[in-house]
Amino acid sequence: MEIRPILASLSKHRIPTVLIVLEIALTCAVLCNAVFMIGQRVSAIRLPNAIDEHSLSMVGLSGTDEKTAGSDIPRNLAALRGIPGVQAAGAISTLPLSHNNWGWSFGTSPDVSVFDKKTVNFSLFFLGEGADKALGLRLLEGRFFNADDYADSSFGSAPLPETHVTLVTHSIAERMWPGQSALGKTYYTTSHYYTVVGVIADVLRPNIDGPGEAANYYSAFFPMSAEGSKGNLRRYVLSSAPGDRDRVMRAAEQKLDELNPNGVTKSAIYSDMRDQYFADMRSMAWMLVLVCVVMLAVTAFGIVGLTSFWVGQRRQQIGIRRAVGASRSHILQYFQTENFLLSGAGVVLGMSLAYGINLYLMRHYEITRMPWYYLPVSAIALWVLGQLAVLGPALRAANVPPVVATRSA
Amino acid sequence: MFGYYLDLALRSLRRNKALTALMVLAIALGIGASMTTLTVLHVLSGDPLPGRSGSLYYPQLDPRDGHGYLPGKTEPMDQMAWIDGMNLLQAKRADRQALMTGGDAAIQPENGAFDPFYEDMRFTTAGFFPMFGVPFEYGHAWGEAEDDAHARVVVISSQLNDKVFGGGDSTGKTLRLDGSAFRVVGVIGDWHPNPNFYDLNRKNYNENEGVFLPLSTSQDLGMAHDGSVDCWGNGGSGQAPDHDSPCAWLQFWVQLDSPAKVAGYKEFLLHYAEQQKALGRFQRPPNVRLRNVMQWLAYQQVVPDDVRLQAGLAFGFLLVCLVNTVGLMLAKFLRHAGELGVRRALGASRRALFAQLLVESGVVGLVGGAGGLLLALAGLWLVRRQPAEYASLAHLDPMMLLATFLLALGASLLAGLLPAWRACQVTPALQLKSN
Repeated sequence: MEIRPILASLSKHRIPTVLIVLEIALTCAVLCNAVFMIGQRVSAIRLPNAIDEHSLSMVGLSGTDEKTAGSDIPRNLAALRGIPGVQAAGAISTLPLSHNNWGWSFGTSPDVSVFDKKTVNFSLFFLGEGADKALGLRLLEGRFFNADDYADSSFGSAPLPETHVTLVTHSIAERMWPGQSALGKTYYTTSHYYTVVGVIADVLRPNIDGPGEAANYYSAFFPMSAEGSKGNLRRYVLSSAPGDRDRVMRAAEQKLDELNPNGVTKSAIYSDMRDQYFADMRSMAWMLVLVCVVMLAVTAFGIVGLTSFWVGQRRQQIGIRRAVGASRSHILQYFQTENFLLSGAGVVLGMSLAYGINLYLMRHYEITRMPWYYLPVSAIALWVLGQLAVLGPALRAANVPPVVATRSA
Repeated sequence: MFGYYLDLALRSLRRNKALTALMVLAIALGIGASMTTLTVLHVLSGDPLPGRSGSLYYPQLDPRDGHGYLPGKTEPMDQMAWIDGMNLLQAKRADRQALMTGGDAAIQPENGAFDPFYEDMRFTTAGFFPMFGVPFEYGHAWGEAEDDAHARVVVISSQLNDKVFGGGDSTGKTLRLDGSAFRVVGVIGDWHPNPNFYDLNRKNYNENEGVFLPLSTSQDLGMAHDGSVDCWGNGGSGQAPDHDSPCAWLQFWVQLDSPAKVAGYKEFLLHYAEQQKALGRFQRPPNVRLRNVMQWLAYQQVVPDDVRLQAGLAFGFLLVCLVNTVGLMLAKFLRHAGELGVRRALGASRRALFAQLLVESGVVGLVGGAGGLLLALAGLWLVRRQPAEYASLAHLDPMMLLATFLLALGASLLAGLLPAWRACQVTPALQLKSN
């Protein structure tokens, strides 16, 4: 296909040419960034979390007397374990994606301070006996806490547990001691230190940042005795078969209400809590999808409209070409090639615009660099869209009979 | 003349229904999307206390130790420590002041009338109510005397009044919180500042505190604090911050009625910080801020990033729609170049043609704007059904309604400029000949 006559013709219609190129460029730029943002949200929603999410339910209990926790918590747990269908139960301070975060910064040497640049912020989870099983934590190295660890741990006047053992996630181990085994290593803060007895598979923090951040998995676990918990073991976690969760959760809530008449209970199935956490992101992703679809439709109709106008304007020229021997497919190809060139110019401009927008967003929002493959993928999508949009008007052009050449003028 | 142009425009638009519909639809979609997101942005970045917020200030101090301090760069702390809060409160250097923090407690029935439930609360000194202009449905606020006496009094919201007492004047009734009895002295009326500027540690929007009680009383009873606690140095006691620990967990607001007083108060804060440094309590050089409500909200970036991104995206989309409309409008005007040629030949000036074509694009803009308004209403309805905490606030106000039409009209006139100019360039003779 000869493209010189197409270029010559386009240079005679500068304004419509510029408009189509501009429209495709803008669409491409917005599309790239919107699809990237959708992708970010989808991967956040799907972040893996190494606990038994589908067998877990939770009942929170508050308003009870902290002084009698040493006898209340074991009594409550015994009652919960007696509910048919409950496979494991335990008390815990917080859960992944629960928004209830207790953060603290630690370093790998004893002379650290909270504001030290080299320290790393962890989310602290306090486990009562049995909570590791109920959560379904997966051990990679070392051991879980033993009965002595639980019995020896308590809260004093500091906001950190008085114990010296800890479990850390794989991500913490990698961050603090890259390339080494974390077992037996110690991390420090001004007044406390903890030695790693076990490394577990990555568990999400109560609050997370964007996807792809290792910091999402900086969760550290500590044992905690019921009597020394100072009201921090408020959540009872239960594991059961997925089909039993609803019933188990309601029975557990009822049981805790009976045993603690002054307490206030609140229960949830863990997978609902996870959905709740991502609800905003999910609705944002759907809104982005909606905008993308509508925008593509508008662009496609714009191409149809302008090409139809062009076809109408050039009926006579088309007729002449047909009369001097061009076949229908020649005419069809002419418009398709023309659109191909216009889309090409549009996407080249659009890709650089998309990149610029991404740079701007990176500076002003919590957005990471867009991976390069979003650009060609969007470009191809717009090329295909352009070809589909032009097909209708181009076919109409191909059907212009040669006899038009002889009429009027 | 305008009537004639309008008639011509309507005729012209009617002649090519598909093209007209396409233009109207593109404008409507662009306007609908941008007005939906703009309205959400407008609502979320609004003034929580119009008329009052300009004279409300949030003093910030920096009592932390020297670690990690970058002169001129490090912002002071977002909250106050107990000692500083009490010192500033007792200094009474502002027209009004209040020290406060968030908390929660279980509301228990007197005689098993309802299941106990948790309610968000505000522990505050008496200055809160007159300073923020809180309206009362029944009763009144407590005063400084009650603060000093650690009195067991509460002010409740009208929702809680309905829930616990079934509405009506409940002053004098007893409310049980965490096992202690409190006397209701006031029921506040319709008062929902959004964003919840005075404490951004829990929810930024639609915070619904049911109970307000004296800060001194809450500390006597050891009621649970709810919000963020920032500690430094060797930290403090975690969830229940005590008064001597190096932790900031209170909000302190002042009312300053004139610029001179604002300058004076800033001076006072600097002086206070210097004095504390001399005493050895503060270690950093004086690092203070005094922001008013809107400055504080901007500094805290209270409007969610997603909302701003959505607005940006919607404007990108509107731009696509506009470029699209420019193209279609151009096609439409040039298709009727013949008629324009006739009008020119009969004596119409270029200016007259231009005006006529702009009237035509204005009509498209108005119809598109009406369509956009319907789409924006539908969009806002969708937003209200979302799980976000601000969802229920998304309503169109008269200002945004007006803005919608101005935006639609402006956008379509802008989109009409280039095509109209291009169409006016037609040479009458050429057009007449070719027909």
